[in-house]
Amino acid sequence: MITTQTDFRTALLDPSSPAPNGVQNPDGVPATKRFDVYRNNVAVSLTDALETAFPVVNKLVGTDFFRAMAGVYLRAHPPTSPVMMFYGDEMPDFLAGFGPAQSVPYLPDVARLELAMRHSYHAEDASPIEPDALAKIAPDTLPNVTFTFAPTVHLIPSNYPLHSIWWANTHGGDIAKAAQPTLITRPEFDPSVDPLTPEQTAVLAALIDGTPLGAALQIGGAGFDLGPLLGLLLSRNALISINT
Amino acid sequence: MLDATKPSLPFTPGVGYKAQHFNDIMKDAGPVGWLEIHAENYMGMGGRPLAQLRHLSEKFPFSVHGVGLSIGGEGRLDADHLARLKTLCDWLNPASFSEHLAWSTHESAFLNDLLPLPYTAATVKRVADHIDEVQSTLGRQMLLENPSSYLAFAESDMSETDFLAEIVARTGCGLLLDVNNVFVSATNLGYSPQGYIDAYPLDVVREIHLGGHDEDEDETGAPLLIDSHGAEVVDPVWALLDYTLSKSGPKPLLIEWDTDVPEWAVLVEETKRADAALSVLV
Repeated sequence: MITTQTDFRTALLDPSSPAPNGVQNPDGVPATKRFDVYRNNVAVSLTDALETAFPVVNKLVGTDFFRAMAGVYLRAHPPTSPVMMFYGDEMPDFLAGFGPAQSVPYLPDVARLELAMRHSYHAEDASPIEPDALAKIAPDTLPNVTFTFAPTVHLIPSNYPLHSIWWANTHGGDIAKAAQPTLITRPEFDPSVDPLTPEQTAVLAALIDGTPLGAALQIGGAGFDLGPLLGLLLSRNALISINT
Repeated sequence: MLDATKPSLPFTPGVGYKAQHFNDIMKDAGPVGWLEIHAENYMGMGGRPLAQLRHLSEKFPFSVHGVGLSIGGEGRLDADHLARLKTLCDWLNPASFSEHLAWSTHESAFLNDLLPLPYTAATVKRVADHIDEVQSTLGRQMLLENPSSYLAFAESDMSETDFLAEIVARTGCGLLLDVNNVFVSATNLGYSPQGYIDAYPLDVVREIHLGGHDEDEDETGAPLLIDSHGAEVVDPVWALLDYTLSKSGPKPLLIEWDTDVPEWAVLVEETKRADAALSVLV
């Protein structure tokens, strides 16, 4: 009797299915609880990996809900790579379509933020520009410069007060009323999470896309002040070159 | 395949490296003479994990231990993953690279566990072909680790020790002997752990693993030990280590502790016990 890996895998991921044929205890009795050790290892290790990856999502929905939801997720989206540090890439879209989670409409954005933090943590090292680099550019060429951003930088758009939702669940404090798109950077080894205004977000998105500074500022509208955004990007080591 | 110019692991205790122990290890490593990493945790592009390795590799020899290559898989090896392993090994130049006699990927789903294999001629051929591919791609000898088994396959017609000896003969790979896995498998499948060691090709062992396990029983009341890497090494496993070392001579010994990871001081106590097991041999 041959036990194929297709049989084995199918039974591993389906808790209602019996153990595959051909697996047994030392006396030749078909394995049941012994097979469940593997089934349990797979489900628990993947659930634990998701719990580690999405601590704020877990806190928002509660661990019982999270682990039940993870059980559905891991069967719909088993890892496709042994590099588990990025397991959960489909979680934001999954949560957006997961019926029981619809009462917490900002969950997908929180999941996107937590994914971005992990991608930032493991991103390639890059040397930031000097803080006075922009001051050395001739004023008449400034509108034409573009920026190269560090691979640690992620911009998370959101119509919810995303930053304060994350902050309240990691550090405490109140939830803001206004939308807070969120910037992820990595000044050294630990990601920073900072709130942006919708105008800063629009300007930054354009800059990340390679739009020249002058045109990007137009997107911010009349009275947009680049100072706070530029100061934040410099202090977070988010810029790695100015291209004239 | 064995390149004498490559560094080798010392005959001292090592530990499975955990990031939270970085400062403790840099300050005072105790009897720890080398470190082992799970390869897959160091496949990011930068940041703290690789920075820590850069610092530690100036002080310690490293063992790179893969947990995701699925050497026993029915399908082809994942070429992307093998390339990532090569990148890591070329960068770190570890003293040793090892993987498991197990499968974990099937039809693109990675199941994050070390799944069991039937011991047959067909499995020998598949595993040997995969090891040939790994060794030729990495340009180094690999070590193959014996699994913790919870069940047996009706189709198996070889012992695990005969299976491993055949793999070694075909590929020239070395072996990583996990004595906790021997104890767990022997208890679960009803054979003598000392008998296993007697039949095992000890001459090609280049590393020994020690770890903790959990105790349960199956539905018939038979003991069912579960490899957890989440506790101290138990006395019968230390005794099995002594028995093994008395036959094999000194080997690099690794303390594995991967879940509920304790403070550094607890790991140091375990490594002192491993150090004592080595010192009586001299």
